[in-house]
Amino acid sequence: MWYLCVFFHRLLEYRKTEFESLAGLFEGRDGAVTLEWRLPEDHHPDSPFHFVNLPSEELARNIANRSILVKGIYELWGEGRNFEELEEAIKSYPDDRKLPYLKPDTTFRITVETFGKAISFHEQNDRLQKLAFVPFKGRVNLRNPGHKFCLMDNDDYGSSNGLPPVVQRRIFFGREIGASDRKILQTYQLKSRKYLGPTAMDAEMAFLMANQAQVKPGKLVYDPFVGTGSILIAAAHFGAMTMGADIDIRVVRDGRGPDCNIWSNFKQYGLPMPLSLLRADNNLPPWRSGLKEVFDAIICDPPYGVRAGGRKSGGRKLLKGVIGPYTVPDDKRSNHIPSTAAYSLVECVHDLLDLAAKMLVMGGRLVYFYPVLREDDSAEPTFPEHPCFELTAKCEQILSYRYSRVLLTMVKVAPYTEDIELAARVKHLDFKENHLKWLEDGNLHSAVFSPSDVKINGSGEKCSSKPKYRGKYV
Amino acid sequence: MRLVTHNMMSSNIKGVANGFPLLIEAAQVVEKEVDFNADFLKNIFARIEWKALVEASKTMGYSELLDNVESSMLDSEEFLRKFHHALLEIHLEEGALVCPETGRKFPITKGIPNMLLHEDECTVFVLTGHDLYHSCGTPGVLKALSIAVY
Repeated sequence: MWYLCVFFHRLLEYRKTEFESLAGLFEGRDGAVTLEWRLPEDHHPDSPFHFVNLPSEELARNIANRSILVKGIYELWGEGRNFEELEEAIKSYPDDRKLPYLKPDTTFRITVETFGKAISFHEQNDRLQKLAFVPFKGRVNLRNPGHKFCLMDNDDYGSSNGLPPVVQRRIFFGREIGASDRKILQTYQLKSRKYLGPTAMDAEMAFLMANQAQVKPGKLVYDPFVGTGSILIAAAHFGAMTMGADIDIRVVRDGRGPDCNIWSNFKQYGLPMPLSLLRADNNLPPWRSGLKEVFDAIICDPPYGVRAGGRKSGGRKLLKGVIGPYTVPDDKRSNHIPSTAAYSLVECVHDLLDLAAKMLVMGGRLVYFYPVLREDDSAEPTFPEHPCFELTAKCEQILSYRYSRVLLTMVKVAPYTEDIELAARVKHLDFKENHLKWLEDGNLHSAVFSPSDVKINGSGEKCSSKPKYRGKYV
Repeated sequence: MRLVTHNMMSSNIKGVANGFPLLIEAAQVVEKEVDFNADFLKNIFARIEWKALVEASKTMGYSELLDNVESSMLDSEEFLRKFHHALLEIHLEEGALVCPETGRKFPITKGIPNMLLHEDECTVFVLTGHDLYHSCGTPGVLKALSIAVY
């Protein structure tokens, strides 16, 4: 059956992918799920109004209630270019679909919504009056109604809502099946969280990542760059068991004191504590060799070297070749603090894919951010590939004029073989041998922060033609 | 650190062939109650090195686990409860994990194992045919090199 799906008008590329990941979660499918979508007449692809075909109302309710970006899913009772058309459509909608929700012993509420403009209480009332022909027999209950209805409208008010001008006004009326609970975003908002780091993941994005990873109770989720735990908190909220590692021991062990650390963040929200936190290097992880297919999802925000740079073990000067191989004297071993070397993004992502290919269960998901320079609009960026994985979703979030980050969702579709492990080891040694070359090649920092006149080089035109609008299709 | 973590880790020091299981030096052990989740236990059971878990739990002062188990026992609530307790509720707060081959200690403070290697414990030397051969462990290096590098 076709349902009207209304999204929040934000993170436009994330909306349908979140929806489809959740459809997979509730239908028990690991792989990519592609649903049938349709746009209302005259609507722009970035419009918040979409129609979606779903097998059951229960699935629609589950998706809407779990989602972050679905404002509501509705059983559409009628739509039209004006109220006359709307009335006709509602009247011709089958009675057996309508009457159960209009019965005398029910309670209901009607909300009036407009896209791109706030309207006064007066105007809302006027619009409600136009629905007087619908035979509502139940009682009104605004706080806790049994049935919720919504009258929605995308009139062109001459104001800008970020989309091209509306070709034709469209009014929708429908019964709400389910809606996102965005109250959790307030509960988990970073500004009231006790322990924060400079790159703590925004709560909304962390929940989106957990939804992309199809997190649910009893699943084991791992974050190899755990930091202050902001991604695992979202996973734990949805009932997952969590594990995290970080190379910075101050972050995982100490935090800012006994009541301000990763554990206290979980405690603050009454979430079960992580199963395990440890200090480990993603480049040389301490997992025993026979261990594989243990995590259901790996969710992380790797260090891109822009706001925070990655580190790996092996010695800062040693890998640079400034000094030769040495041995730590035995009497200094017990309290020795090893120095760490810079960790290029390319190597970091290689290690992440190798780890995920080995440690994820079949059908498990790897969800992570990958930075992309916005230099050349015409060229589609290329994303990391791996023989064990299928890329099922890529959602861009523009961070600045220069670069954006793309949330990649990869599903493990093939087992980790000896050949793949061998190739990964060879590559690992190549990264060690050519440490400096990889650091230079993978240096995003200079591309993001270098002065613009050096880079544009007379072609200032190209820069200004970059889309300023956050959608992709305008 | 819970024993589930201990069961997943080994010493990854250069040249160590068998770094699993890490020996436990327990200075402070605490017990913390955790919500029981049978599905999680059933899922992870196949991934657990049972002998290592039994030994580790004994070191931590819990000796209720049987030496020999099979997956049919997962239907028994009593078994699952013991498994749950050993795997998730016994924490090593202070102490160390010790590499069984080299005796290198990985300290555990405030429940966090520090698994970072010293500079001379990582493989950092120039890649030679010999290294490549040995680091890969099998003679299939040429085959490996021909696999598309992603």
